[in-house]
Amino acid sequence: MAYLEINDLQKDFAGLRVVKNFNLSVERGEFISFLGPSGCGKTTTLRMIAGFEAPSSGMIRIDGRDVVDLKPNQRNIGMVFQAYALFPNMTVDQNVAFGLKVAGRPKAEIDATVKEMLGLIKLDHLGSRYPFQLSGGQQQRVALARALAIKPKVLLLDEPLSALDAKIRVSLREEIRAIQNKLGITTIYVTHDQEEALSMSDRIVVMNEGRAEQIGAPFDIYNRPATRFVASFVGTLNLLRAVVADPTHGMVEIGRAKIDLGRQLPERKAGDPISVALRPEAVSLAAADGRSARLEGKVRDVSFLGSVIRVNVDVGGDRISLDTFNTPSTPPPVVGETAAVNFAPEDVLILDA
Amino acid sequence: MKINRFWSWLALFFGILYFALPLIGTLEFSLRMRRGEYSLDAYRVVLGDPRFQATFSYSVAMAVATIIVGVLLVVPTAYWVQLKLRRWRPIIEFITLLPLVIPPIVIVFGYIRLYNTSSFLPLTGSAWGTNLLLMFGYVVLALPYMYRAVDTGLRAIDVRTLTEAAESLGAGWLTIMTRVILPNVLVAVLSGAFLTFAIVIGEFVLAALLNRPAFGPYLQLVGANRAYEPAALAVIAFSITWVCMGLIQLVTRFQKHTFAKR
Repeated sequence: MAYLEINDLQKDFAGLRVVKNFNLSVERGEFISFLGPSGCGKTTTLRMIAGFEAPSSGMIRIDGRDVVDLKPNQRNIGMVFQAYALFPNMTVDQNVAFGLKVAGRPKAEIDATVKEMLGLIKLDHLGSRYPFQLSGGQQQRVALARALAIKPKVLLLDEPLSALDAKIRVSLREEIRAIQNKLGITTIYVTHDQEEALSMSDRIVVMNEGRAEQIGAPFDIYNRPATRFVASFVGTLNLLRAVVADPTHGMVEIGRAKIDLGRQLPERKAGDPISVALRPEAVSLAAADGRSARLEGKVRDVSFLGSVIRVNVDVGGDRISLDTFNTPSTPPPVVGETAAVNFAPEDVLILDA
Repeated sequence: MKINRFWSWLALFFGILYFALPLIGTLEFSLRMRRGEYSLDAYRVVLGDPRFQATFSYSVAMAVATIIVGVLLVVPTAYWVQLKLRRWRPIIEFITLLPLVIPPIVIVFGYIRLYNTSSFLPLTGSAWGTNLLLMFGYVVLALPYMYRAVDTGLRAIDVRTLTEAAESLGAGWLTIMTRVILPNVLVAVLSGAFLTFAIVIGEFVLAALLNRPAFGPYLQLVGANRAYEPAALAVIAFSITWVCMGLIQLVTRFQKHTFAKR
């Protein structure tokens, strides 16, 4: 049995179902991200795990125990909030010690744990400061230490980096992942930032309109999106209109060009309209090894971004965006000239039209 | 620019004059009990009067009781409204403002009618019952000030997230209230408490009509029969209010976790 088990979880707000038939099994020590746009139900699901929202139906089991009827303070869950939520009247030490004091732990144990946790987040020299004397990044690290101090069964993080600037975000997400790996704590991380989810998670749950659209490893989510939504939400995607020409031989027509995908399309039939999706990094202007498929188009737009040049090519009315490295010896493409877009057939994603 | 500043100073000067002149006059008059020279005789008489000591200590005791009951009533209510009943906020605010539009005389007649000796709850039948009634009356009179002060304090912190953070760390409601919420709105609660103290010390209508030995009726009694002592009493009453205001400023300044070190 999984360490955290969520079955058929649903939540209604004023007649509106915001979480629909949500199922998830999380193994002990796993790092799971809930990724999705605003209002997709990811935070509501997290809050139901924490006990701040009561599910309309469904089951949440942690370490074999059904927790749906337990109050938040009985669930032994560590929570980190977007707004830090440090207690302003307490010093860093007192904040980290709060949960342990509430649990009535002996003073020696509390002191040792506080020291250990502050060492973990590398803020052991700031124990006597008040939250208002810390930067946003420092406050969030203290919030993390406070949540970890009670040795929770599950650590929940609700968009913890959203309020921080870009540079701190990157360094802190690496720190969070390193601490999570070190402690081996089961973690659920809510974010709308795909880069965060892709870089930190063991598995990602992509959510849309209250549903888990796809659950999988970052590599699978990115390279084998199950739905059109996942494909378009995670990463940049070039979508081209196409028609199935021969499903048994994997032939599709994009404009006037016929492309051999090299795989069967068993769920399609000839004449079905489909969308062909290509990641920008799967496309190049120059023919490369394995990139045997080729489409002709016209260069519409060229943006010079320093080390990279972004080129937009019009292929039969659809636009393909691709990045090429800026090599001083090769001049960039010129707007209006004809260009060949090369890609490997196995990199093509087939989506519903 | 210079002209503007001149008019500002002039307005300020007249403002100060408007408020200060009667006080200066009262103070000066209170010092003239002895013929031909200034003295503190009026104060000596007032402070030495056993009735002053009795009524003043009675009012102080009532003020303390009012503050305790007021805090116990208002803090959880304002907290709950902020946390769970945000839609109820206008209704609660309206209720808390009612004592400002309903005169105390109406309130006290209502009390006497409702809680007289032949009613279902004959509070006016005993001294302790009447004291209790008076104290609740004071809680009602102080409600607009206490509620507003506490509500402002609660709005300044993220009540919901702090509560959830404390809950996730295993804290129950009592711990959350006493160790997280109350310390963070302490300045607001103290502001409300000092305002309540100032109101209760000088209140006349409720105490007089419920026939309780409070400071307000004593003030009126002395004022009706003596010349210099009422002026001394007025100065003392003003001083108490000012001390309360000063204390509000002081506790605000000393809340170390809210402000950076100066």
